[in-house]
Amino acid sequence: MAENQRILVCAGTGCASSGALPIIDILKEEIKRQGLEETVSVVGTGCQGFCEKGPTLVIEPQHILYTRVTKEDVEEIVSQELIKGERVERLLLIDQTTQKPVSLMSDINFFSKQHRIVLHNCGVIDPQKITDYTERDGYKGIQKALKEMSPEEVMEEVKKSGLRGRGGAGFPTGLKWGFCRQTPSDKKYIICNADEGDPGAFMDRSVLEGDPHSVIEGMLIGAYAIGADEGYVYCRAEYPLAIKHLEIAIKQAEEAGYLGDNILGSSFNFRLNVFAGAGAFVCGEETALMASIEGKRGMPRVRPPFPAVSGLWGKPTNINNVETWSNIPHILRNGAEWYTQFGTEKSKGTKIFALTGKVNNTGLVEVPMGTTLREIIFDIGDGIQGGKKFKAVQIGGPSGGCLPEDMLDLAVDYDTLTQAGAMVGSGGLVIMDETTCMVDIARYFLNFSKKESCGKCTPCREGTTRMYEILDRITKGEGKEEDLDTLENLAYTIKETSLCGLGQFAPSPILATLKYFRHEYEAHIHDHKCPAHNCTALLSYTIDTEKCKMCSLCAKNCPANCISGDKKTNTPYVIDEDKCIKCGTCMDKCKFGAISRA
Amino acid sequence: MCTACEELVDPKQIQLEEIINKHKHQNGPLIPVLQGAQEVYGYLPAHVLKHISKALRIPLARIYGVVTFYAQFRLTPVGRNLINICLGTACHVRGGAKIVETLEKELKISDGGTTEDRRFTLEVVACIGACGLAPVISINNEVHGRLVPESIAGILAKYE
Ligand SMILES: Cc1cc2nc3c(=O)[nH]c(=O)nc-3n(C[C@H](O)[C@H](O)[C@H](O)COP(=O)(O)O)c2cc1C
Ligand code: SF4
Ligand code: SF4
Ligand code: SF4
Ligand code: FES
Ligand code: FES
Repeated sequence: MAENQRILVCAGTGCASSGALPIIDILKEEIKRQGLEETVSVVGTGCQGFCEKGPTLVIEPQHILYTRVTKEDVEEIVSQELIKGERVERLLLIDQTTQKPVSLMSDINFFSKQHRIVLHNCGVIDPQKITDYTERDGYKGIQKALKEMSPEEVMEEVKKSGLRGRGGAGFPTGLKWGFCRQTPSDKKYIICNADEGDPGAFMDRSVLEGDPHSVIEGMLIGAYAIGADEGYVYCRAEYPLAIKHLEIAIKQAEEAGYLGDNILGSSFNFRLNVFAGAGAFVCGEETALMASIEGKRGMPRVRPPFPAVSGLWGKPTNINNVETWSNIPHILRNGAEWYTQFGTEKSKGTKIFALTGKVNNTGLVEVPMGTTLREIIFDIGDGIQGGKKFKAVQIGGPSGGCLPEDMLDLAVDYDTLTQAGAMVGSGGLVIMDETTCMVDIARYFLNFSKKESCGKCTPCREGTTRMYEILDRITKGEGKEEDLDTLENLAYTIKETSLCGLGQFAPSPILATLKYFRHEYEAHIHDHKCPAHNCTALLSYTIDTEKCKMCSLCAKNCPANCISGDKKTNTPYVIDEDKCIKCGTCMDKCKFGAISRA
Repeated sequence: MCTACEELVDPKQIQLEEIINKHKHQNGPLIPVLQGAQEVYGYLPAHVLKHISKALRIPLARIYGVVTFYAQFRLTPVGRNLINICLGTACHVRGGAKIVETLEKELKISDGGTTEDRRFTLEVVACIGACGLAPVISINNEVHGRLVPESIAGILAKYE
């Protein structure tokens, strides 16, 4: 084959766990063995966004996608795909609608319907090589800023772009920079918030792992505009690979003269440090995060003073999320006007969503703001797993809410979602089907908030515990008539009186599920039934004597010994409900489908 | 210099000294030093905390306050292999609880516990960022995803 080819093997956290790392070496060897090393190169990339189908591998320039590749497949990929130019069909993705294999990324909705700005390098370059970044216009944004623009002009450009913070609240980024810039001080800091605490969101991890230089460049530009000379990236300790790639990138940027003193020959100096978090969700809150860097317990404090006035070590500080920073180089390179063509009137640009849960295609999805939930879940996500029915989508993590089917045509942007009782938040989208119990989900989030509450203020510390206890009782079938009113009262009180966002938004999952799925609460309380058949205590198992073949398998496997019957005496098999621990083993074991759950 | 005495110095102690010296002069040294110390000792023994307190001139009570605030820090030793089971949202809706159950049954310990032979310590966490592969666990930072209860025994067998 004459044409030069690049094989992009994903080496992100997800694919590494599915066995991607050995594939890279074996592939390189096999390419050599079959004499292709002149024309084919192998690149280990960061997350390609399609982790569930990993290890994934993309062949450029055609953009052919292979999924679930194992090291045993390597030889065939080389001899069949690279030499003969024929697809290895069993490794192609199966389209769930047509049930046919698809090979080109442009034919796969998961990729073709995305618009990747922040993720444009993720899964395409080797994140451990600065040259891979600079070859794709990397560091051109800071060059332009330093050579052609004053700090004020940079800030104006960001303001004009309409970029809003991707860390949750959606605060206009340029405006925030302006506050910090205006505060007179000999020393200012900027911080990148990479604490990514929302369980179910992993876009910040992927950006740091797959394109760390874009975050560094964004911070450089911000520091120049604000007048800061030192920065921190606060990364959660659960992301060792992200920390490693970031540290490598910082070292390379220092060597290349992008970090340090007199950057690119200007008088601008900037140093960047990495701080590994120590496992506390609340440290994602900006004042708690700064306390943590200072070596204290990470507890939020009252604002004002805002960080822009008094932040890290009392100095003016500007803090933004990973994805926010990573947007900046693109805005500088291509201009604010270019950026404003994406998105809605008040929410510009794209947003990365982490699509997870009961959906066919899980992964990272970057779409223009204003895309509907239906497009994300059913076009890009390819619908619900196992042909089940969609029930709800949880947006924005523990601070967000669940939206039902009839809200699927909502355009996703900051203001619409907040109005609907959810929030964009970090961008976690957890899809739930008919087997997910909404009361249990509310209980799940309250358990999370209760555990992560720092305990500084009473409404949050005590209130989340009380709300959790009520929800826990309801899922056990011990709900009381007045519980729903009590929950609502508590929720509003806690919302209004808590000190920080954790407490203020902890009741959101309850309020949203009460609004859209009240009937599920009522079924638990009044009928002692869980409509989703999820809450163990409310289940009952019965044997259909018509279908039962009296094989005794269920009785032999029941851990509670509560199934009796006898073929010889023709005594039908029955379950003693009082002793049954609702483990479901009998139903799994019965080969004749004679046992049902209600 | 007499080489015999050198062997009496605990190599972990030397590493701890190095960590302290590396961070001593930076702003806010405490958390990085605690993280480094935990890496060396596997947990934070009382004598280490006392030593850090002296070296960094930070009251022991404050250090204890920090250690107990963050989930990452441990005051008791862990087993040879640390299992983190994810119960983040994505893992929760895809059956993470069944994985917890299976592991607890298999190892006969619960969240936070260590097996008698010190082979495994079990810790429930919320999200390790591999949500696309839910449900997941990680053992010594190695992620295992797309789990079903049946896959647990085979995975555990790989760790001594
Ligand atoms: C409890 C809590 C947790 C938070 N966690 C995060 C987080 O993990 N990552 C993040 O970027 N912002 C998080 N935030 C929001 C930050 O406080 C802050 O608003 C954000 O980093 C600002 O960046 P942005 O303007 O770029 O969005 C959290 C807020 C609260 C109240
Ligand atoms: S609202 Fe909760 S997490 Fe926030 S300061 Fe109060 S107790 Fe701490
Ligand atoms: S659900 Fe479990 S305890 Fe109940 S009858 Fe079946 S096997 Fe026995
Ligand atoms: S396993 Fe099924 S068929 Fe066999 S005894 Fe039990 S209910 Fe009947
Ligand atoms: S880690 Fe490979 S696609 Fe996400
Ligand atoms: S929710 Fe389990 S890895 Fe994110």
